[in-house]
Amino acid sequence: MHSSNLRAFLDRLIDGLLPLLSLIAALAVASLLLIALNADVGQAYAALLEGAFGTQNAFAETLVKAIPVMFVAIGICVAFRANVINIGGEGQMIAGALAGTTATLALSGAPSLVIIVAALAAGFLAGALYGGLAGFLKAQFNVNEILSTIMLNQVAVQMMNFLLNGPLLDPSEQGLNHIPKTARIVAEAQLPRLVIGLPDGTLLFDRTRLHYGLLIAIVLAAVIYIILWRTPIGYRIRAVGYNERASRYAGISVGRQMVLSMFLAGGCAGLAGVVQVLGLQYRLQTDGSPAGFTANAGFNGIVAALFGGLNPFGAIPASILFGGLLVGAQNMQRDLGIPASLITTINGIVVVFVVSSQILVKWRGRRRAQQSTTRTEVPLDSPIVVEQQA
Amino acid sequence: MIENILAPSVFATCLRLATPYLFAAIGEMFGQRSGVLNLGVEGIMLMGAFFAHYVVLSTGSLLLGVIGALIAGLVMGIAVAFVNVTLKAEQGISGIGVYLFGLGMSELLFKTLVGTPRSVSGFPPLHIPVLSDIQFLGIGQIFFQHNLLVYVAFALVPISAYVLRRTPLGLMIRAVGQNPEAADAMGISVTRVRYMTVIFGAMMAGLAGASLSIALLNVFQQNLTSGLGFIAIALVYFGRWRPFGVMLGALLFSFVNALQLQISAIGIDVPSEFAVMAPYVITIIALVFASKQTEKPTALTKPFDRGE
Amino acid sequence: MNKRILTLVLVVMAMVVLSALPAAAQDDVFRVAAVAPSATNDLAFSQSMYKALTMLDEEMGDGFDFVFQENTFVVDDAAVALREWASSGEYDLIIAHGSQYGSIIEELAPEFPEVSFAWGTDVNTYGLDNVFAYTAAADQGGYLNGAMAAYMSESGTIGVVGPIEVGDAKLYIDGFVAGAQAVNPDVQVLVNYIQSFSDVPLATEAANTFVANGADILTGSAQMVVGPIAVAKENGLLWFGTQASQAELAEGAGVMFQVYRWDTILRDMIEKIQGGTLGGEAYTLTLANGGLQMVMGQAGG
Repeated sequence: MHSSNLRAFLDRLIDGLLPLLSLIAALAVASLLLIALNADVGQAYAALLEGAFGTQNAFAETLVKAIPVMFVAIGICVAFRANVINIGGEGQMIAGALAGTTATLALSGAPSLVIIVAALAAGFLAGALYGGLAGFLKAQFNVNEILSTIMLNQVAVQMMNFLLNGPLLDPSEQGLNHIPKTARIVAEAQLPRLVIGLPDGTLLFDRTRLHYGLLIAIVLAAVIYIILWRTPIGYRIRAVGYNERASRYAGISVGRQMVLSMFLAGGCAGLAGVVQVLGLQYRLQTDGSPAGFTANAGFNGIVAALFGGLNPFGAIPASILFGGLLVGAQNMQRDLGIPASLITTINGIVVVFVVSSQILVKWRGRRRAQQSTTRTEVPLDSPIVVEQQA
Repeated sequence: MIENILAPSVFATCLRLATPYLFAAIGEMFGQRSGVLNLGVEGIMLMGAFFAHYVVLSTGSLLLGVIGALIAGLVMGIAVAFVNVTLKAEQGISGIGVYLFGLGMSELLFKTLVGTPRSVSGFPPLHIPVLSDIQFLGIGQIFFQHNLLVYVAFALVPISAYVLRRTPLGLMIRAVGQNPEAADAMGISVTRVRYMTVIFGAMMAGLAGASLSIALLNVFQQNLTSGLGFIAIALVYFGRWRPFGVMLGALLFSFVNALQLQISAIGIDVPSEFAVMAPYVITIIALVFASKQTEKPTALTKPFDRGE
Repeated sequence: MNKRILTLVLVVMAMVVLSALPAAAQDDVFRVAAVAPSATNDLAFSQSMYKALTMLDEEMGDGFDFVFQENTFVVDDAAVALREWASSGEYDLIIAHGSQYGSIIEELAPEFPEVSFAWGTDVNTYGLDNVFAYTAAADQGGYLNGAMAAYMSESGTIGVVGPIEVGDAKLYIDGFVAGAQAVNPDVQVLVNYIQSFSDVPLATEAANTFVANGADILTGSAQMVVGPIAVAKENGLLWFGTQASQAELAEGAGVMFQVYRWDTILRDMIEKIQGGTLGGEAYTLTLANGGLQMVMGQAGG
């Protein structure tokens, strides 16, 4: 290998490893807390790793946890590329789940493919309209989207509480304990479990809960990638995010791009909601809080999207890593009795460390740019976008 | 009927409800005015709430409790400023990290140091002489029977407006948020200003927590704030980065909330889901009809780089 | 983040397949695993189960052991934990302490017929031989509390702060209202479901609003009642509680608490499991069978 090639390779390797190194640094800091609580640090992290990736079932659970995060994150890529800060993933997920579940229940008896396609379409559309509403309020009335999406999240939760406790309540629940949940969806509506047959005949992920939602997420990532980088629609969306004023001068309808980006982002989050019902829970139910159903995927999706460099294909591995952290952390609690609150704390430390490490990537990139003329993408002017060297 | 719904107690409840929002949102507003979005307010509030509560439990001193909350905010603020300003981290993500840290850490400390929920005797309602006895329109009850921190929160509003509009410090803050390059060229240290505003904001978030745990609720429990911090951030946008605008938002949101509580309390049958939903819906609708002018700091969430 | 390297790392991690699962427990220790939605110190639902298990642990000493996953408000997270415990084969009894976990048990129990599950609060064993269901007739203690409250109220107005209108909270509140009205048909019992189990600030202001409207007695269910309890204390009012004893927090304001004694039914389950019966029974805590206990507070003595 030529020495300059080698150098470039090493540079990229180190850039890629930096988040991982900062993850390790965060865990090292967090180990102080473990020591303070008299927990065995080695055992604790072994439990984390084992719980996330240690067995086929553990890895499958990590993926299951990551699937809704992926959907939301893919959508966030569109919104944030347009410089629209969508904090409404939670509400859009709920809207999608409500519409998708309603469609599924209404179509009981129809062929499997019909139900699933209709449910996915209903979920996408409901999420898209709910997201689009925030986009419309921003474009038409200058209502800041951070404000409207935070508020709309709460509205969606109450709407879910109302519907699950009334019109959509499982008929078998009435009079009994009155748990707010819908009826179970029919078997034909359930997404199949995903089992991968290897060439040597062994089955990967056999008897786990991994479902076809993973494949739908990958397809969605491809679709969104193509929309964003291979179509005029995507070009306009990115242009607005890159420089709103210049886009306006160039004749782009900025408002329309904002609504459209929120429509797409909301649709992706809506799919997250309906896929969670069709693939995993087989019914929609609530404990009165949003997280009871969404598991915070609407927020975690933002973190995953940004870690993935606002690229749909980057969002997928970032979601998996995040899912692994969440699933593994629960194993820590189960195996070693480490309190749930310590795990939340550690997650916080990890997020802060990993995001802070980005400065090193930027700094190294800049130094390289000074040293040579290799092509370096300058960080975009948009507030949230983190562009990195591919 | 209507006088039942609009009883003086509803307005008094409204002022109490608005107090933590005011502390947190006014503090957050300063950070945003200088260009830093701190999404971690909720986590800092929780830390402030815990430390205030714990200090009062162990010492019985309310003053020390407030100082405890301010120090908790200070420490968290330094960390937030370091991560967002010095390390130029993505503010949208780092804030979520700070939130998770505060959520987990406050609960962990609570579990280890306190155990099960315990109550403290917090700031007592001050019956302000003469004024608190005004019967006319219930003015005494509405305005003059609150605890000290409620007044501090409302006093913060004109003071902040004055500082922002009429002092060199306010000018610096606005300059740094609007055009950091120009501010830098004028010899203002962008970094120092942003550290100051972020740390101040965090200390106010700590105080917001204290206003819950040692004044309004007088207990601590895991996730005591349950989303208040995020609403506070939304209110900064509602108020379009102006102290009185923020106060208006806090009052509107709290008033609708107080009203929906009153409606259930006097036995009017409204599905409670819709009652709870009301403040959120009405806040959005209010903004639709509000002025379209915006003063958004143009450098918000953008780290400053001299390009060296 | 460089996605290729990230993917590589993930694949490597995935390949770290650890050695075979530990062998099933063959000793004399009775092992229990339980998952609950809130914290073990919530002075309410989760604490009632945690306390029961701690009690058994003290009673049975070396013959008993339990693990507890708290704060599992994300329903699907409970599914992961329950499946993990079931497939480990290490536990003699797996408890899903929350009615929102029912559909998980419905899925899981048939897959692991050799493992015994218990879940509540509900009465539905799904017709399975390895599922116990348990619930509390919270309306009974609610009725007593309500009757006593109506008897003690001077203003004739009582405020109730509820979470969402489900499960044992609804049972308790319905019972409370019925009890109060049985004693005094003119008493006004105002109920506000605040749509959250955990929102202490909102619960507190709901209680304050009741007080402003003349309530001199408060009650409520779920972990956010710590706020209303403080309101009762500060205003010199009376408090009636449920799920666990809140007497210590309520001090002079606490009159009577309905306490869930899950240990009474757990003992029976353990006996059955040791005798080879893995489920099929639904238990209800009542005042008659001692599963519900009324505990007096300082203001009730």
